[in-house]
Amino acid sequence: MRRLDALEAICPRFQADDVVVVTIMGAVAAELQSLGHRPGFFYLQHAMGLASSIGLGIALSRPKLTVVVLDGDGSILMNLGGLTTLGRYRPPNLVHVVFDNESLLSVGGFPTATGTGTDLTAIAAGAGIPRTGTARTPNELVHEFDAALAADELTTIVAKVEAHYEPPADTAGFVTPLGLLENRFQFERHLDRLREAGIG
Amino acid sequence: MPVSVDNSRAIYDALKSGGVRVISALPETWLVHLIRMADEDPDTVLVRLAKEEEGVGISMGAHLAGAPSAMLMQNHGFLAAINGIVSGAQLFRIPLLMLISARGEFGEGDPWQTEGGLVTTHILETLRIPHESLADPEEVPTKIEGALTLANASNRPVALLLRRGLMWEA
Repeated sequence: MRRLDALEAICPRFQADDVVVVTIMGAVAAELQSLGHRPGFFYLQHAMGLASSIGLGIALSRPKLTVVVLDGDGSILMNLGGLTTLGRYRPPNLVHVVFDNESLLSVGGFPTATGTGTDLTAIAAGAGIPRTGTARTPNELVHEFDAALAADELTTIVAKVEAHYEPPADTAGFVTPLGLLENRFQFERHLDRLREAGIG
Repeated sequence: MPVSVDNSRAIYDALKSGGVRVISALPETWLVHLIRMADEDPDTVLVRLAKEEEGVGISMGAHLAGAPSAMLMQNHGFLAAINGIVSGAQLFRIPLLMLISARGEFGEGDPWQTEGGLVTTHILETLRIPHESLADPEEVPTKIEGALTLANASNRPVALLLRRGLMWEA
């Protein structure tokens, strides 16, 4: 499946007030922004591998929020130890989606180990993530995502996607009009407001 | 194990007084009591890490979520966390309090700890991370309060180097 189609399919789930989203950089960040930025979306530019750790920090600090991490195969392969930490604390309010295109798309498309047999779903299960799933179509992804929300249990969903990217309008390569620090402070203020409003 | 319980308690109490609610840590001999205190405190979220760079991400998330945090690690853990510190905490202007046990200095008897001590301060300075020593129990509350104040005012990482004389009882 195309990652943009996958994102479009689950994006309606990100519109709820108590949902915040942390993404990796590159295509995932640019495409999610192209579908409509929200103040509860944080795009981790750089710090490769740490999106899942940031999601864990938010999920443990704010248990009433639903935290969605949109990760990538290259990123999670850089932080497999972090997967064991997720598996240790298993916050029920975290849904971890890994877009697996079997390549480091934004830096030349070199193949990652998932293209040569590494199975991230099995690794996640072996790391102690209580629920895992694999999605190969947008419908499967929506199904797995909704099942994760309903189960109220930490879930890693590996979404197999094509290694394909076209910059959306207003995006130069991977640089979107939304400034990195603007996004960071907007996101923090948004989380403050959610707490003040008693939402999470 | 002659790690000072009293001085560990002084550090822990100062972190609590400063509002720290989330502590990430990787076990290290000098930190055993601090980690145990965090583990036994129902008001503190302790995150045991596989590798220290994760802790930068945990602290970034905790800060954005409004929860003050601290990282406990050995200086070799600091070395292992550098990319996260630079491309995470510094790039995104996150106040990050790092308590780093300063192994490899005078008195170090473990041969494997001796290289890290030679470079830790230089790397902190290269990264422009403000740092001070914690060596005297009397100065623990004011220095931890001061470190948190500067981290929050500057939105940048700061480091306190936990010295042998504070952590280890002769």
